[in-house]
Amino acid sequence: MLDTRLTEEQASLRKTVEEFAREVVAPVSYQHDRDRTFPYEVVRGMADMGLFGLPFPEQYGGMGGDYFALCLVLEELGRVDQSVAITLEAGVSLGAMPVFRFGTEEQKQQWLPQLCSGRALGAFGLTEPGAGSDAGGTRTTAALEDGAWRINGNKAFITNSGTDLTRLVTVTAVTGQTSSGKKEISSILVPVPTPGFTAEPAYDKVGWHASDTHPLSFQDVRVPEENLLGQRGRGYANFLHILDEGRIAIAALSTGAAQGCVDESVKYAKEREAFGRPIGQNQAIAFKIARMEARAHAARTAYYDAAAKMLAGLPFKKEASIAKLVAGEAAMDNARDATQVHGGYGFMNEYAVSRHYRDSKILEVGEGTTEVQLMLIARELGL
Amino acid sequence: MNIVVLVKQVPDTWAERKLDATDKTLDRASVDVVMNEIDEYAVEEALRIQADQGGEVTIVSMAPDRGVETIRKALSMGADKAVHLSDPALHGSDAVQTSYALAKVLGTLEYDLVIAGSEATDSRMAIMTPLLAERLGQPQLSGARKVTVDGGTVRIERQTDNGYDVVEASTPAIVSVVEKINEPRYPSFKGIMAAKKKPLTTLTLADAGIEADRVGLASAPSQVVEFSNKPPRQAGQIVKDEGDGGVKVAEYLASQKLV
Ligand SMILES: Cc1cc2nc3c(=O)[nH]c(=O)nc-3n(C[C@H](O)[C@H](O)[C@H](O)COP(=O)(O)OP(=O)(O)OC[C@H]3O[C@@H](n4cnc5c(N)ncnc54)[C@H](O)[C@@H]3O)c2cc1C
Repeated sequence: MLDTRLTEEQASLRKTVEEFAREVVAPVSYQHDRDRTFPYEVVRGMADMGLFGLPFPEQYGGMGGDYFALCLVLEELGRVDQSVAITLEAGVSLGAMPVFRFGTEEQKQQWLPQLCSGRALGAFGLTEPGAGSDAGGTRTTAALEDGAWRINGNKAFITNSGTDLTRLVTVTAVTGQTSSGKKEISSILVPVPTPGFTAEPAYDKVGWHASDTHPLSFQDVRVPEENLLGQRGRGYANFLHILDEGRIAIAALSTGAAQGCVDESVKYAKEREAFGRPIGQNQAIAFKIARMEARAHAARTAYYDAAAKMLAGLPFKKEASIAKLVAGEAAMDNARDATQVHGGYGFMNEYAVSRHYRDSKILEVGEGTTEVQLMLIARELGL
Repeated sequence: MNIVVLVKQVPDTWAERKLDATDKTLDRASVDVVMNEIDEYAVEEALRIQADQGGEVTIVSMAPDRGVETIRKALSMGADKAVHLSDPALHGSDAVQTSYALAKVLGTLEYDLVIAGSEATDSRMAIMTPLLAERLGQPQLSGARKVTVDGGTVRIERQTDNGYDVVEASTPAIVSVVEKINEPRYPSFKGIMAAKKKPLTTLTLADAGIEADRVGLASAPSQVVEFSNKPPRQAGQIVKDEGDGGVKVAEYLASQKLV
């Protein structure tokens, strides 16, 4: 069933983004990484190409493409600059997708055109200081009072939540108790700015320096009752669904990172000479790079398969977790090997591989840690 | 305002480019191919004029079958339709023959402007627009860094070493552009999806009324007689600065007649 050949349009999209990444993104990557600045001009370029609306229907300002097209784009961007890729990934699959999947027609009309245009960014606030993998441990509350939700609490590590373009943060909050005494968790749309909502100063991160990540605080934030996204009490379940899809996108980004490490290493191994010949002529280096290529290829095959199943309407939970697991590890392993191939230069921040080294660690953590993927896969196996 | 944009497919400028050892023509098969970079600026300029003045933008390209990829890129940027002149008999045609063939194709089209890039990255002759202007008996405005169209008049700023000249002509006219002129767009996904459905006419020599004995390697007025690879880079000369580094560098430059 799996067809890894791209259609003419998919191939041409991939090539267009490859050129964009090489010509527009790569020249500014080091500077944004060093200065920890958000790449507004790159985001504008991606917006002009319609990338923020890629998988959404044209009636909402989208491009009418599918999730796989988004994945191809993320892979190409991830090859060159993970910060740029995660900005798009979070904007589309965490910012806009929940509105598209669970929003009312009115909510879609209100939010999707601006999010699809890339002139506004959305964020997705699930994680809290005390609740990550165990997202059910949410402590943020939203109380319904006089036709409005009053939200109090804190979110942690929220991508795209504090840029000049941020207009929407969707949060999960406890809205009551279920009949069985469990927490009732719902999702609520919080427009930005709203009084009482603050994006605290950005984190000092190991990598993804040009991606925007903040702790968020909600102090008596009031939004209208209609801002409930999806059914009351379905917030947690809905977000888990979004995360299932999001894993394929993160796997694609990770595949790109793994491939970027191969690209850089092949180039370097041919150019760099030691003991009178290119270092790539040593089997120790050539085999290392061959293994890197194999990891990138396996990761790509895994995410293509998960995406194909998802688009065919088949169960894809296990495949998405496998893709996320395999691709995240491929990125981290390749980044470690690529910096080794680069010797001392690999330890210098202006080399792309050093950035991949710092950036790739989070790929084994964000949108479900490696351990969480293993739990999900084991669960699918009935363990 | 109907505009024809001439687009050439060339070997990827990032790849190592080679000549075919057997017939000394460009080896197009073994490398990645792309749209000649300056042609992207030509397409962009046509689309900008169209956005302002309406009309149609038609892409014309003479290329082997594979040229379709490059034509599709121009269509995905937003051009309306394309004509692809493709015939094995064209293989090895030089600039003079190519201008004859393209002039024949242009003769089948109605246009106010022809826009082309000022040169191609493979042959670097920068001669196609003058040749076409001569054949078609139409004015040519070359090296444009800015183009304005007003009724039947087209005016350009021609890039020069010290500034620019303002030159104008009546339409139909042939304009070549330089990279300063604009910033070409990247195709959007919608553009990519639409490109496949846009009209693309493929012409053979006979379709375009081109006489077979006036094109192709055998009858080419200019022939590549011999070629060799670039000599390997020589080791540079290192000037050690012992307080007189500047003087030594200046002496070296003078000895090479560079200053
Ligand atoms: C740069 C960045 C961007 C982010 N962006 C967002 C965002 O936009 N939105 C959002 O909601 N979140 C975001 N996150 C949060 C991210 O999803 C969480 O950090 C991640 O899910 C892990 O949660 P945690 O940090 O609380 O770790 P914990 O859940 O505390 O995990 C700590 C360790 O324990 C392991 N562990 C936990 N439970 C188990 C178990 N049952 N069995 C075995 N091992 C277990 C984990 O695998 C991990 O190794 C982001 C994080 C970062 C760093």
